[in-house]
Amino acid sequence: MSMAPFLQVRGLSKTFTRGAPPVFCEVAFTLDRGEFVCIIGHSGCGKTTILNILAGLDAATSGEVVMDGREVAGPSLDRGVVFQGHALMPWLTVRGNIAFAVRSRWPDWTRDEVRAHVQKYVDLVRLTGNEDKRPAALSGGMKQRVGIARAFAIQPKMLLLDEPFGALDALTRGAIQDELVAICAETRQTVFMITHDVDEALLLADRILLMTNGPGARIAESLVNTLPRARTRHDIHHHPRYYQIRNHVLDFLVHRSKLLQQGIADVAANDSFAAATQEETP
Amino acid sequence: MSLAGKAALVSALLLAICLGAWHVATLPKASADAAMDPEYARLMGLDKPKTDGLPTLAQLGAASWKQLAHPFHDSGSNDKGIGIQLAYSLGRVTLGFALAALVAVPLGFVIGLSPLAHRALNPFIQVLKPISPLAWMPLALYTIKDSAASSIFVIFICSVWPMLINTSHGVASVRRDWLNVAKTLEAGTVRTCLQVILPAATPVILTGMRISMGIAWLVIVAAEMLVGNLGIGYFVWNEWNNLSLSNVIFAILVIGVVGMLLDLLFGALQRAFAYVE
Repeated sequence: MSMAPFLQVRGLSKTFTRGAPPVFCEVAFTLDRGEFVCIIGHSGCGKTTILNILAGLDAATSGEVVMDGREVAGPSLDRGVVFQGHALMPWLTVRGNIAFAVRSRWPDWTRDEVRAHVQKYVDLVRLTGNEDKRPAALSGGMKQRVGIARAFAIQPKMLLLDEPFGALDALTRGAIQDELVAICAETRQTVFMITHDVDEALLLADRILLMTNGPGARIAESLVNTLPRARTRHDIHHHPRYYQIRNHVLDFLVHRSKLLQQGIADVAANDSFAAATQEETP
Repeated sequence: MSLAGKAALVSALLLAICLGAWHVATLPKASADAAMDPEYARLMGLDKPKTDGLPTLAQLGAASWKQLAHPFHDSGSNDKGIGIQLAYSLGRVTLGFALAALVAVPLGFVIGLSPLAHRALNPFIQVLKPISPLAWMPLALYTIKDSAASSIFVIFICSVWPMLINTSHGVASVRRDWLNVAKTLEAGTVRTCLQVILPAATPVILTGMRISMGIAWLVIVAAEMLVGNLGIGYFVWNEWNNLSLSNVIFAILVIGVVGMLLDLLFGALQRAFAYVE
């Protein structure tokens, strides 16, 4: 049997208003099981819309998404989502928020089973002792940890992260990134994540999808992160290839994302970048 | 001195000024006819201290004390204690309000969730809402043929609108994020309604209930003046017919205090269900 990719996205496009140009078109990519993929692009290129389509919260104008052999046609517990604004329910405690998800996944569980499972994930994101606090009593970083715990707790086949650390300060972000690296390494979770932050993508991702500007955005490159997987925030920037890859992504964001949108890609195609780290999508 | 202390002092001062003014206004008129022949004065009924009809503070105090000393006395249909009258009024308000909540909250959910229902029902709500609840009274008396039930209906009809409008507004403006969370967790419609939309909309619904209760308490007095028989509104009207202004003023104060307590109750409920985003 041929190894079909775990997630396959084909010919995806989205038009919001009839007659207007599509926000993005012909978006196609794949994810393997256990792979961590980041998507980077400027605001307005439709990253969040793509993630919502993967989550089943939004419908594509054309194209299809197949996960694990089945077409995605609506939200499912198989895909956990961490929302941009954490989306915790403010009237529930930390435990209540995670338990809401756990009871959705395993409706037949007893109170004790739910409680034990919730506790496991509270401990995992290092919020032990804060179980009975409401979100208003938590810092931004703690709230987002709860959001991550809630998504992990349902043990989804794939995790979708919509710029989860966008609103956090640099120190908090670093700490949670480290935890996410650890959790993902431990659970071998398949992750699709939106980010604006090049360093974050290099730290977390096995592969980085670079999107051109919208409207009419598409995925221009699928960049394999060749830095060895045991990356940490402390030493990643000492790796000899770090700045090479980082500069390539930044060049893309600064120059080529716009030029590619205007269809003059060849003019912009630069540079001394090692071809080995790069595979152009068709 | 703290702000609360200063405020209390000013309040007490204002109260003292009001009571003082009242006292001065109701002082017995210095007899202009002091020179009158006492015999003649007695014949004309002018020998007793004369007031303008408004009770003095002492008279009001005495009347209030008499009412408060036996709040539940029952000496026939036209002489029942203030406690009994209040209990009837509160009972009617509670019943009418509860019925209104039973209708308004579920219907508000439907209107909030369905743009079709919102558009279809909105014209009815807009026309029915501004009608004075007492305008329904003749129709209610004619169809229901029972005065107590009619006053309950009037309470129902005046309480239903703020609750209906606030519930539909609260339900319609639940944050998209929370609904998306429920969707991605495959929470069913009933579970989403009860565990996400209801708690999210509860503060707004309670605000509607607080407004409704305020209106209901305003309306019950007028309704009971019309239907008679029992209740604090009837008490006020009955005491006016008895020309007992002391009792009227006492009843007015009681209506105010009870209204404030009802408002405080809903204020406490609002605080209990409020959440900070």
